[in-house]
Amino acid sequence: MALNKNQIAQRIAKELQDGYYVNLGIGIPTLVANYIPEGISVTLQSENGLLGIGPFPEKGKSDADLINAGKQTVTALPGASFFDSATSFAMIRGGHVDLTVLGAFEVSEKGDIASWKIPGKMVKGPGGAMDLVASAKNIIVAMMHTNPEGESKLLKSCTLPLTGVNCVKNIVTDLAFLKVTKEGFKLLERAPGVSVEEIIKATEGKLIVEGEIPEMEF
Amino acid sequence: MNKVVKNAEEAITGIKSGMTLMLGGFGLCGIPENSLKALAKSKINNLTCISNNAGVDDFGLGVLLRYKQIRKMISSYVGENKEFERQFLSGELEVELNPQGTLAERIRAGGAGIPAFFVPAGYGTEFAVGKEVREFNGKMHLLELALTADFSIVKAKYGDTSGNLIYNNTANNFNNMMAMAGKITIAEVEELVPAGELNPNHIHTPGIFVNRIFKGENYEKRIEFETTK
Repeated sequence: MALNKNQIAQRIAKELQDGYYVNLGIGIPTLVANYIPEGISVTLQSENGLLGIGPFPEKGKSDADLINAGKQTVTALPGASFFDSATSFAMIRGGHVDLTVLGAFEVSEKGDIASWKIPGKMVKGPGGAMDLVASAKNIIVAMMHTNPEGESKLLKSCTLPLTGVNCVKNIVTDLAFLKVTKEGFKLLERAPGVSVEEIIKATEGKLIVEGEIPEMEF
Repeated sequence: MNKVVKNAEEAITGIKSGMTLMLGGFGLCGIPENSLKALAKSKINNLTCISNNAGVDDFGLGVLLRYKQIRKMISSYVGENKEFERQFLSGELEVELNPQGTLAERIRAGGAGIPAFFVPAGYGTEFAVGKEVREFNGKMHLLELALTADFSIVKAKYGDTSGNLIYNNTANNFNNMMAMAGKITIAEVEELVPAGELNPNHIHTPGIFVNRIFKGENYEKRIEFETTK
């Protein structure tokens, strides 16, 4: 069975380590916050100027002056801090953020990512994604393996305008956990019940399959 | 020297058509609501507006867009605004998009007297077109130019008569840097107190960056996406 969005987030959460500062993008990446393993401490950064994002507020407790980068109302955990946007991107550009998790339209076998623009449709702008992918120590892309038309999103070369080049380190899709290497996408794990053949079929870029590929564990 | 002005109308005195303005805020969080309303009432147009976002259709910068007062936007993310989309697609509105951290740093650099700097964001993308590329520490970087404005308009929670500002929660965002980068900076605040009442240790924006300050009124503080448990 292919993973659903929550299961993708759950698998990514297993990559979190104690003491990590993490920036989670909009969509599936946001769900990772729901699966932070017990016993470890992870601090979530929001590029609009908040370190220590807490859960969504209780009904009636929303504060217009307390939002995340997706402009949703949030809360701040004990130990949180607020700062301006230049300081926020100093954290990101300066390599102080340990992990960035974001969505993508396409990823290439070289680790290029396209995530911000579909020509012909409305251009909304890159927001903070370009700064994040250019500087993060570790980038995990969370996305479906194929688009709604069934075409692979793991390509030889991206066809859409790029967000960054040679930057994606790992990818978790509904079918697999892959690492981007110099030689191409290396298959590390498959979703429970998904065969290696299915993953090969759904991957356009170069896929490296070595030995037995274990199923993901949750 | 008295920095305190009566209201938004007095604060925006001297803003003329064709000028470049910086406007603080992230989405609708921390935007200078009173000044935006005064600008919308004025007939000033042909403006270049530097702001992370462009408001929504009927609030924030969206109102200035509706009245066709803006010629060019310099932003990082401009979704959530249908009128913006229409004017952009029809060619009425010029748009210069930036990676968000690059935009923030261009403004900070402008205020700090640094004319240009190198960052890795955007290398290998369409944002690199026409920009000088240089390698530092084995990594490619783009040369980015500083931004300044004829007027910067910012919003803070607290201000004093010396122009010192304290922001609330995530309403700081672009306000702090923009206050530094305006030839004239206008600050509107929810609470204006006499000099000496704010703890100097808690000031975010020192008064040297602020030329005019007033107490705003009737803050709507609209929430773009209210999300609860």
